[in-house]
Amino acid sequence: MKRFMTFVLAVGFLIQPFEVQAQEQDEKARQGTYAITNARIETVANGTIERGTVVIEGDRIIAVGENVAIPDGARVIDGSGLHVYPGMIDSGTNLGLTEIGSVAETNDTNEIGDITPHMEALTAVNPNAVAIPVTRVSGVTTVVAEPTGGLLPGTAAVINLFGYTAEQMSAGSKMVIVQFPQEPSGNRPRWQQSGPDRRQERYKDALAKLDEVFDRAELYDRIMTAYAADPSGKEQPVYAPEMDALRPVLSGDVALMVKVDAADDILKAIDWVQKRELPNVVFSGVNEGWRVADKLAEAGIPTLVGPVLATPTRSSDRYDRAYANAGLMAEAGVKVAIRSGESENVRNLPFNAGFAATYGLGKEAALRAVTLAPAEMFGIADDYGSIEVGKKANLFVSDGDPFETSTNILALFIDGFNVPIESRHIDLYEEFLNRDEGRLQPVEILPADN
Amino acid sequence: MRNSIMKYTFSTTLLALLVVVSLGQAAFAQDVLIRNATVLTVTNGTLEDTDVLITDGVIADIGTDLRAPRGVDVIDATGKFVMPGIIDAHAHIALSSINEGSSPVTAEVSMEDVVNPYHLGIYRASAGGVTVSHTMHGSANVIGGQNETIKHRWGATDPDAIRFEGAPRTIKFALGENPTRVHGRRASGGSGAIVPATRMGVEQVLRSAFENGKRYMEAWDAYNAEAATNPRAVPPVWNERLEVMADILRGEILVHCHSYRADEIVMLTRVLKDYGVDKITFQHANEAFKVAPELAAYGAHASVFADWWSYKFEVYYSTAYNAAILTRNGVITSVNSDSGELNRHLYHEAAKSQRYGGLTDDEALALITINPAIQLGIQDRVGSIEIGKDGDVAIFEGHPLSVYTIPVLTYVDGVKVFDRENDPDDVRVDVDPTAEVGMYEGQITGKDHIHSHEEVVDMLHFFQSVADTHIH
Repeated sequence: MKRFMTFVLAVGFLIQPFEVQAQEQDEKARQGTYAITNARIETVANGTIERGTVVIEGDRIIAVGENVAIPDGARVIDGSGLHVYPGMIDSGTNLGLTEIGSVAETNDTNEIGDITPHMEALTAVNPNAVAIPVTRVSGVTTVVAEPTGGLLPGTAAVINLFGYTAEQMSAGSKMVIVQFPQEPSGNRPRWQQSGPDRRQERYKDALAKLDEVFDRAELYDRIMTAYAADPSGKEQPVYAPEMDALRPVLSGDVALMVKVDAADDILKAIDWVQKRELPNVVFSGVNEGWRVADKLAEAGIPTLVGPVLATPTRSSDRYDRAYANAGLMAEAGVKVAIRSGESENVRNLPFNAGFAATYGLGKEAALRAVTLAPAEMFGIADDYGSIEVGKKANLFVSDGDPFETSTNILALFIDGFNVPIESRHIDLYEEFLNRDEGRLQPVEILPADN
Repeated sequence: MRNSIMKYTFSTTLLALLVVVSLGQAAFAQDVLIRNATVLTVTNGTLEDTDVLITDGVIADIGTDLRAPRGVDVIDATGKFVMPGIIDAHAHIALSSINEGSSPVTAEVSMEDVVNPYHLGIYRASAGGVTVSHTMHGSANVIGGQNETIKHRWGATDPDAIRFEGAPRTIKFALGENPTRVHGRRASGGSGAIVPATRMGVEQVLRSAFENGKRYMEAWDAYNAEAATNPRAVPPVWNERLEVMADILRGEILVHCHSYRADEIVMLTRVLKDYGVDKITFQHANEAFKVAPELAAYGAHASVFADWWSYKFEVYYSTAYNAAILTRNGVITSVNSDSGELNRHLYHEAAKSQRYGGLTDDEALALITINPAIQLGIQDRVGSIEIGKDGDVAIFEGHPLSVYTIPVLTYVDGVKVFDRENDPDDVRVDVDPTAEVGMYEGQITGKDHIHSHEEVVDMLHFFQSVADTHIH
């Protein structure tokens, strides 16, 4: 496939024979000067340019428009009949933190302890996770990688899906996660039905604990601030890393990502963040957001919604509630971004967005929900989320609407790197489509008796 | 206890009554004329501006300007698409238990005994255009139970009423990590563990079961021959498990085998060849693409996921191009759900074969219609829009392979089972009043794609304490 793609690039897009040679031999991701010409450009920020050019230099977009000069020496990709979109952003994944779901040794999402906001996802993201190339060739260039488990599982990182170190991958934003306590309802799963039902007790304890943690964090912050202002003659306060991690949340420098799904829990979470006067909050999951959309809109809390491809939360709900959730919330005035909630299949983000678009959100809002909307929520809209001069060159070239199932992504840029359309899935396709074509003598392929 | 049974019975009766009343008499008429649709026949191409007439539950005519028989429900499908009802070759809906995980071989059990026609998964699948599900035993055992092919006759209250009458019997086999974990790692691999703990063990479990089945069959054949002339002939001891093995050997039961790795797939074809069993569908079969020529040569079929991988080690070396590679190599392939979520958008799962491998529309649609029908032995009844076939059709707004499509109407035997326009906000059919809110069974079944290690540990506890397991 990659050879096929290179071939298409060479014959279809590149104007100069020299470039053909270069592409065929060069499968390394490379920064440089690139011009994508004659393409339909979906800028997201400033509408659609029906036929225009995007120029990339280094890690940035340096020109976008209908009449743009192509710099000397630029590698030209003829985008005639093709589309350019900003790289898609998945607002909630475990990508990079997990390799094989059922093999504990390959999972770095869940640290021991209930209160571990100081556990940084960025530290444990494996830049060479096999799922990363598998994901980015679908046009998803940036994801939120989330730790899981406990009341405060850790600090999620916004990462770009190309790079060899955490520094190269970081998109410059992070969020501390709170798993908001879930009020128990219905029956316990069958495999948890032994012993008395203590779920209500545990729920109340969790709510109390959450307040206690933030009370302590406020106290810790006051102590640290006072000590920093005048340390003379005072004993240095004890270092508490989990409290330290919450200080920027209290100040609003780091957002608090509150994971919450059920309607009643969402209402309680709104009360809680308002009562605590937390300045920078996003809600994540929000599967029953449609039930309390007015309240969310009123509170002005942005939401990271999804997965969209999910069953309704209640058996009595309409079959399409999860598909329709983002649209119903947006209609009520809630700011929505979309998350797949996936790890190895983050490549399905465009399909989550496509279903949300179909069931009420609309194509334009759905595109925004996987590009500019999350970039704004994460405070990185100066660099990401749209095709604008001065922004990072995170974008892709496709032969159609990237939400449409049959569309192919033909070229990909992350941080200005022209990243090859390669992944293990494509490699295996290439190797096995005509597995035995290199064999001179046919062999008996029926299994032998034994 | 008695009280709760009474309540259960009462609400069941009430529910049945409500369903009957709400669907009304007209809905049960098995006649419908669908006008001016784009008809995706699957086997005979695409027909524009075409009518499809279903009478007495069977496709009676396909053409233009068909005359509407008196009293028939007429649907204007101008601008809409009609396709054959989707067939899910791997589901666990409508079942009250999944795994008889107590022994590596449990051929004698059957899902027939645990079919639940009230299961909401039936309705939700129908809302995605699915009309037939192959609802299966789990994958805890090398030779698990017999499966059931059901029609989504939503509203039926008798378990037998949703069985696909006349569909061939099928049985679940399972290779690889699930049976070796459930049996070979019992009691953490301690003294309670039994064969198989390895893929070598899996092969020998299979060979022993087939050999014993063959001897049992031969003993009965010999007895029957002798009994014709000798009234004092002594019959062999009856053994239900071996009866089923013998029926597999006689070709009366189709094998559907949970499998992932290429080597184990070829291993099973070797074993089956030795015993003359030629009807085999490899389920999941994430590495089937690696041995596609071998599968094609054997005439084996594959029923795969569109893109699931990496949830366990044996699916780490997978590719989403699996269905396309298999199709291009001549293997009859279907795309299944194994999930109460995916079964609602199998049309989208099939469409992924266009992104991953460039299958044509007809090839992609075949993955969820005629191909699974062939794999279940019901291709003469369903799987395409042809005169004489069952009136199982789904109507979509927009082409069903587009992400922007919406299934709007679904018919089973000419009976409307899903109508988006009249889909109620509250689909309360749950007969357990204490389970009003929260997870419904469909969400915790369909979980071979176990995602977290905690979940695995949690479930392993469960497997070890109860014989019913959630490994599919």
